[in-house]
Amino acid sequence: MSKYYLNYLDELESEAIFILREAWGQFENPVILFSGGKDSIVLTHLAKKAFYPSKIPFTLVHVDTGHNFPETIQFRDDLIGNLGVNSIVGSVQKSIDQGRAVEEKGKNSTRNALQIVTLLDLIEDNKIDCAIGGARRDEEKVRAKERFFSHRDDFGQWDPKNQRPELWNIFNGRHFEGEHFRIFPISNWTEIDVWNYIKRENIEIPSLYFSHKRKVVFRNNSWIPFSEYINLEASEEVISKQIRFRTLGDITITGGIESEANTVTKIIKEISAMRFTERGNRADDKRSVTAMEDRKRQGYF
Amino acid sequence: MKIENNQLLRFITSGNVDDGKSTLIGRLLYDSKSIFEDQLQNVKKISERKGNTEIDLTLFTDGLRDEWEQGITIDVAYQYFTTPKRKFIIADTPGHVQYTRNMFTGASTANLAIILIDVINGVTEQTKRHSFIASLLQIPNAIVCINKMDLVNFSEDVYNSIVEEFKEFAEMLSMKDVRFIPMSALAGDNVVEKSSRMEWYKGEPLLHTLETIPIESNINEEDVRFPVQTILRPQSEICQEKRRYIGRLGSGVLREGDEITVLPSGLTSKVKTLYNLDKKAQEVFAPMSISITLEDNIDISRGDMVVKSSNTPNVSQDIEVMLCWLHNNPAKPRAKYFIKHTTNEQKAIIKEIVYKIDIESLEKNYQSEGLHMNDICKVKLKTTKPLIVDLYKKNKVTGSIILIDEATNETVAAGMIV
Repeated sequence: MSKYYLNYLDELESEAIFILREAWGQFENPVILFSGGKDSIVLTHLAKKAFYPSKIPFTLVHVDTGHNFPETIQFRDDLIGNLGVNSIVGSVQKSIDQGRAVEEKGKNSTRNALQIVTLLDLIEDNKIDCAIGGARRDEEKVRAKERFFSHRDDFGQWDPKNQRPELWNIFNGRHFEGEHFRIFPISNWTEIDVWNYIKRENIEIPSLYFSHKRKVVFRNNSWIPFSEYINLEASEEVISKQIRFRTLGDITITGGIESEANTVTKIIKEISAMRFTERGNRADDKRSVTAMEDRKRQGYF
Repeated sequence: MKIENNQLLRFITSGNVDDGKSTLIGRLLYDSKSIFEDQLQNVKKISERKGNTEIDLTLFTDGLRDEWEQGITIDVAYQYFTTPKRKFIIADTPGHVQYTRNMFTGASTANLAIILIDVINGVTEQTKRHSFIASLLQIPNAIVCINKMDLVNFSEDVYNSIVEEFKEFAEMLSMKDVRFIPMSALAGDNVVEKSSRMEWYKGEPLLHTLETIPIESNINEEDVRFPVQTILRPQSEICQEKRRYIGRLGSGVLREGDEITVLPSGLTSKVKTLYNLDKKAQEVFAPMSISITLEDNIDISRGDMVVKSSNTPNVSQDIEVMLCWLHNNPAKPRAKYFIKHTTNEQKAIIKEIVYKIDIESLEKNYQSEGLHMNDICKVKLKTTKPLIVDLYKKNKVTGSIILIDEATNETVAAGMIV
């Protein structure tokens, strides 16, 4: 074998960075969708390496549901401060106040789907023609069908049956006024690749990913964090548990798992033995078998 | 070898409708324990709703609502799995004729093609079309899986006759390494575990073959080709820092001090410093994402190419390509298209269709007119400015192009420079 080959993690890194640089080369106003979760943190780290020693040229965009883990917001603000990048925060609360979005009702209500309105308004108001996200194809069956460069029409909608073919490493980002692209540089990464990369690059992540004691409620087969936004039923009991989160989203829908893993190495060991996918604890995907496709068609992340 | 040094193998699965591609992938994922409990529960739920008593393995890959309602694969689905030996990316592509363009997409980045043949149907037109595409796109390795062996009582004779039939056809193609495996994807014979029902087969099951087959790199190590993606200007002029040219090295090995030429301008200089991302390096190689500085401040823009002065590609406005038409709308006569080649983009017209390939006979038809979806033709293109090209068979990065419709911005064709 030739000595000139990359191992799988270096190859994934180089591919992701090529795509980030293409986003910069092909679009007028590209931004990074920053959720505060590990995937968007890795994406931001990759952007830093892609344009080193210059600053990250992308604005970081965060859609704030108002139902956050305080740790996520703190982490976001610290990171933006350290990187010295521009940021825009879109507020779901504001969309609700303006009557653009309507709050769901009932026990399992969340603001997850409401983010679509806020995100699309923000994209339009700021004339964003390219929103770079940390979605991965292994997360969900519909995401497995996504392109690296994914076209959105002027209503922000995705047409999965009519996607542009993507060949070799030639990416077609041509679009008309008002349309935009979603770009997914870490499409080919899996959950374990992300963790191996976090370990290798020594990337800082929110404390929520590590084992900690927290007040939780057992609902829909997972431990939902107790917060002021949760509607408790009489039969539900708040208890204290040693848990950690595998994914981070809105606090009302992100279920934790029982875990003692308090280092990245232990997390990697734990995930390697897991029998459930990381989104298995996400209430937003459990609503129906096509929950993700339905949201994505409308303009979800 | 440590896991950290594991390589990535990208492969495509192709074959006829109902040959059992999705079943094979489902089996590969299921038996290699890459399917998770909640995915299994989900699939069980849909299987029950469809009235199936057994788990429908195809549901692991068919993600769109229309796909599992109609029981077909519409789009390329990417699947991932890792064994202690390798990381794999599978592009599962549709079998239907009208989705051939999606096979093209999946095949363009693959190191290996799995070609599935239904033992009952033998080699079909679709088998030939897919094998031809795999060979045209220069996928170095192919594994021909002869599936549903349980339906012919695991007969060695039936298997051998199909192997012969395929070999006879494949003589017309340029496939380097072709292997054959008899299997039953549904029952799991020779997928992950060696089948006990086909003792006559002396080879290894599919997974073992995928784990050990030498990965023939798609990368050309000889010719330095560096398409520039963008330029970083120094933070301040005072510290005499040089401009950085950033991009992904398409091929070759570049070293500090190498004499380089920038194309199409022809300006020359020397490599001053090399960076593998944020780390300084003495030498860099493809497919690394890099940045470089030069001894002289010369004018370089996105779309230019840096090459070694001792080894330069062709610079031309007239190119011949094998073109596959990917779009529903046929080619418009005398229309201009955007042409994308590496990081360069300009306009081109299709000057002439030289011939169309008849997929069944692989014969050339010189009388053919028009370019319609799934057509594979040799064409002559003329571009508004020179392209910096190599032959596709020598260099996939600098030998490939796509065409984009001016009116719709959609990708309408993909081509390989011949």
